[in-house]
Order: sequence, then C-alpha cells, then structure tokens
Amino acid sequence: MIIAGNILMVIGGVFLLLGGFGVLRMPDVFNRIQAGTKATTLGAFSLILGVGFVHPQWLLKLILIIVFIAITNPVGSSVLARAAYKKGAYQYKKEGEERSEVK
Amino acid sequence: MKKGISTFLALWAIWILIAGFNVTEIILGGAVALILAFIVSKYVNYSFGFSIVLGALKFVFVYIPVFIYKLVIANLDMAYRVLSPKMPINPGIVKVPTEIKNDFGKLVLANSITLTPGTLSLDVEDGHVLVHWVNVKGSTEEEYKKEISKDFDKILGGIIK
Repeated sequence: MIIAGNILMVIGGVFLLLGGFGVLRMPDVFNRIQAGTKATTLGAFSLILGVGFVHPQWLLKLILIIVFIAITNPVGSSVLARAAYKKGAYQYKKEGEERSEVK
Repeated sequence: MKKGISTFLALWAIWILIAGFNVTEIILGGAVALILAFIVSKYVNYSFGFSIVLGALKFVFVYIPVFIYKLVIANLDMAYRVLSPKMPINPGIVKVPTEIKNDFGKLVLANSITLTPGTLSLDVEDGHVLVHWVNVKGSTEEEYKKEISKDFDKILGGIIK
C-alpha cells in the first residue's frame, strides 16, 4: 500500500514536470494552456491519490479534493483560453498550412 | 418536504465526508444539517428522486472509467508531443456540434473535452462547442465530432436528459 502510494506520487511528479516542459516549449498561448491543464490535472490526481494510499484515514477527504480539482481546473483553463481567443491572441500555424478560421 | 429531505441528505453527506466517520461527528452533523435544511429548503429548487440516484450511479460507474482512461491517454499524448524534438503539432480552432441541451450536461461535456487528448474547449454556444485542437484531422463538423466528442455525447445523452 505504501509502496503503491509512493509510486503514484512519483508518477504525479513526473506528469507535473512534463507539464512544466510543455508550458516552456509550446509555441502559442492555446497550446501552452493545453499542456498545462492536462498535465497538472492528472499529476495532481495521482499525487493526491498517492498521499491517500500512504495515509488511508485521509482518503475520503482527498477524494473530495480530487473532485473539486476535476470540476474547477478545466473551467479555469477554458475561461483563460476563451479570453485569449476573444482578444485575438496569436495562433501558431504549421508552416505552409492554410486553414479557414472559425469566426 | 422533499426539498428539505434532499437538502438535509446533501448537507449531511458533505459534513461526513469532510469531518470523517466518528459517532459524535455524525450526530452533531445530523443535527446541524437538520436545522440548516429547515432554514434553507425554501430557497433551493432541486430534489432527489429515484431517477437522480440512478443517474448518479450510472455517472460514476459508466462515465468516470471512460473519463479516467481518456485522461491518461491525453497525458501520454501530451507527453509525447512535448518531449519529441520536432513537436508534431498542427493546431487550429474548430466547431463541434452537440445534442446536449441541459446546462449541467454542457458543463460536463466541455470539461471532458478539455481533459481529453489534444483538445481544449473555448466557448459553448447553442448546439456548438468551440474547440482548440492540437492536431486537427478531417475537415467537416461531423468528422470533428467523431474524433472529439462522440463517446462523451453518447454517454452523457443517456444519463442527463
């Protein structure tokens, strides 16, 4: 149980690190938000669940925290991306790619 | 009366989740939830019926596993795109049609789209979700829908009317 918890925590940490790389490497604001949101959501889930395995008496509360993260995290990033879209932020295009944009 | 009982149950469940399983906590929480339910129940407009409990069970056992699976795939996909030196991305903004009418259903659908591989929902309009997609495939709305939200649309349509 404790070993499984520790493994989950390491996996969570790795995903959070990858999220950080994603935010650094991606070319425009939308792709950065994407990398950030996905990695932090699963990373936080995994990390919190790992803590729950190590301390089983906290498990219910930690699951409640996971539920709130699952509700709020995508909403937050969606709102940020919407604001950037309405403002007309720079959109990266693959070279030589022409596409009619949705208005 | 039904509203009062629903409010009482919801408040009590949240109290027990936060305070932990413990005889004194359960009794005290029950008392406080009862008093609050009397005061608040005039202002709420929902109530638990058998169908809602059934819907919630379906939601947990049918929707959540699909969601977790998609979330893990999304992360592996994102890790691949971030780590590969060439960055294989082809981003664009597309419109995806949906049949879900209910507000809560739309919220869950938009959140699910955000957390599944390579997509980020920007805005919800009548019958459409505006989606930013890292790797655009296809060129018509039906193709987009097939790739992005078909599974979720089907499952959520069955649970939330």
